[in-house]
Amino acid sequence: MLDERTIERIAEEVVRRLKESGAFPDAAPAAKEPPPAAEGADLASPEQKAIPLLENAADPEALLRMKKRTTARIGVGRSGPRLNTKTMLTLRADHAKARDAVFADVDPTLISRMGLFTVQTQCDNKDTYLTRPDLGRKLSDDAVRQLREKCISEPDVQIFASDGLSSTAIEANLERILPALTEGLQAKGLKLGTPFFVRFGRVGAEDHVAEVLKAKVVCVLIGERPGLATAESMSAYIVYDAHIGIPEAKRTVVSNIHKDGLTAVEAGAYITEVIEKILQQKKSGVDLVK
Amino acid sequence: MSTIVSVGIDIGTSTTQVIFSRITLDNTAGYFSAPRISIVAKEVFYRSEVCFTPLRTPQLIDGDAVREIVAREYRLAGLSPQAVDTGAVIITGESARKENAAEVLRKLSDFAGEFVVSTAGPDLESIIAGKGSGAWQYSIENDCSVANLDVGGGTTNIVVFRSGETAAKSCYDIGGRLIRLDRDKVIQYISPAAQKVAQEIGLSLRTGERADVDILRKITGRMASLLAEAVGLKPETPLLSAVRTPGSSLPERTERISRLCFSGGVADCMENSRAGTADEFRFGDIGMLLGRSIREDAALSAVRRVPANETIRATVVGAGTYTTTLSGSTISYSDGIFPLKNVPALKLSYQEQQSFLDGSSEGLYEKCRWFLEQSDTDRMLLAIPGRLDPTWQEIRQMAHGIYQALSRALPEKEPVVVVVEQDIAKALGNAMKQEAAGRRPVAAIDSIRVEAGDFVDIGRPLMDGLVVPVVVKTLLFG
Repeated sequence: MLDERTIERIAEEVVRRLKESGAFPDAAPAAKEPPPAAEGADLASPEQKAIPLLENAADPEALLRMKKRTTARIGVGRSGPRLNTKTMLTLRADHAKARDAVFADVDPTLISRMGLFTVQTQCDNKDTYLTRPDLGRKLSDDAVRQLREKCISEPDVQIFASDGLSSTAIEANLERILPALTEGLQAKGLKLGTPFFVRFGRVGAEDHVAEVLKAKVVCVLIGERPGLATAESMSAYIVYDAHIGIPEAKRTVVSNIHKDGLTAVEAGAYITEVIEKILQQKKSGVDLVK
Repeated sequence: MSTIVSVGIDIGTSTTQVIFSRITLDNTAGYFSAPRISIVAKEVFYRSEVCFTPLRTPQLIDGDAVREIVAREYRLAGLSPQAVDTGAVIITGESARKENAAEVLRKLSDFAGEFVVSTAGPDLESIIAGKGSGAWQYSIENDCSVANLDVGGGTTNIVVFRSGETAAKSCYDIGGRLIRLDRDKVIQYISPAAQKVAQEIGLSLRTGERADVDILRKITGRMASLLAEAVGLKPETPLLSAVRTPGSSLPERTERISRLCFSGGVADCMENSRAGTADEFRFGDIGMLLGRSIREDAALSAVRRVPANETIRATVVGAGTYTTTLSGSTISYSDGIFPLKNVPALKLSYQEQQSFLDGSSEGLYEKCRWFLEQSDTDRMLLAIPGRLDPTWQEIRQMAHGIYQALSRALPEKEPVVVVVEQDIAKALGNAMKQEAAGRRPVAAIDSIRVEAGDFVDIGRPLMDGLVVPVVVKTLLFG
């Protein structure tokens, strides 16, 4: 009896000779085989995530269509009762991105390129910022002094940016939204405050800003706590006649600003109209009639 | 939440019908997001009787009589033309080829309210019938491919939906009234298509002769097998292309169909023909026989059936409830610019739009001028894919290029309108307003897909001006 190894060798030899004789061309790689992740490919990229890991799907095309409709991790298959290695690594990569978004600092060259200056809240570092939300709502004494020095007082609208929980979101969106917003509001003949950047800022810091600069409307563009779907989501929190201690219900929010949600320029155009409405009605948050 | 009233008027080869439906709009976005207005409910609240289409001669529709029917239905529904916000008048089947279709549409224009589409064309009818029958919805909900066959009096309109996308559409001159008989089964009319079918199987049919039921059965049997060919369940024979409706698309053969849905008047006959053969010629035509042949055809029976929500009313319900779509909810337009009707669209590809993204307008101006000349019109709108997540600078340049080019190419006072696929219309429209500085009305509408050769209707703004109703027509009639 021939053993398996011998049969294999015979088969290989036959194939080799047939190929040499030109009887059949080199077999193309099986099309349904998912391409192996290239060296250094970003597992968290949309292209990589679009590849289904589920083997022998009854309707592979339907699976692709379903995957297109959601960012949820469907069609990932399994290995016994556990996730596949690639799924596991992708989760870790997404989580790493989220952590980076929280712990990184906004690129200072972006801030200076946009002509903004930076002030800080009463937090000195990320650890304080994360563990003391109360301090992230108060401007430092130096910040208050700088705002009084460099900003115009009593504007109709004071806009500023803040890292919040995602510096990535600010880096992805600020350069696109701020000019759209500024030009839109100026076209409506409103008096705009001098924009700046607040490091280690929570949403509530805008109440302090509004008090210091006596702004009618204050609007902070701030990075949202990242999830595992995107780390680039930014929000705008807008308040009429804000003061320290104002109820959260008085804030009007436009959330989900990122390239796969409400794009930054479109958000800028939309927020312009929201602010106009707030000034007309002299109220914001749940009191605002949309 | 707000509701609009939509009318559907279907003037077919054999029947004319009117329906009214109520379309409910609501903001489905969360409190913390930009608004997203969607159609949340559709309800047909009035259905007319199915009337025979009044004809002046076998070829000419009696426009005045059609007008009377429509007027009566408005009255019975308790609606004035002004109470109707949107909808469609469709002249379908063989009728659309009749010379006076345009005249009939004109006679109905004052009933149609301010924003009603008048259109025809076999391909569009196929899609509309497939939506009205429920096949489209079924293909979405079950993520499968469904072929809808709307078997009417003069034509069978076929559409294949693959998970909501239109994968193929076609139309054939196969229907229940291709042969008409009087009470004594004497043949009164034989359509050219029916004659071709008879010839192929070597049977002779002559008007004025008493019909042989067996011969008629053989003819409807062949018609049913042609339908199986048309949806790719049987190999195609030369006769199939001979009975293809002029102006309809060629069927695509790539799609494996997993479900069949039948609508149209003959779909009812399929069910009724089970009951017996007592009054097979009740309608004075071969509809009952054709229904039975379709039901008994082996190839067609091999595919699973989807029950139709609407049969004889599929087209009119589709016209009245599925022709209107909504723009995106962050758009920008000059006051009073809408409604705009029958505006031809110049569609640019992603590559083509690069020419004006840097703010230059010469290339785009040339294209617009050429387009206006070609389509012999002095109005147009620009349809572009737009850019994903553009910068403000890019928006400004885009707005500049577009406004410069279009305002140069268009006559004075004509509005500059852009339809963009990406959700950037509010930013783009605002930038265009600044460019225009009040010299002409401008508008930018998004989340709408327009193809080359389409015509676009844009209605009055709804929901406090957040959205506009849009109808994109692939074929314009008249």
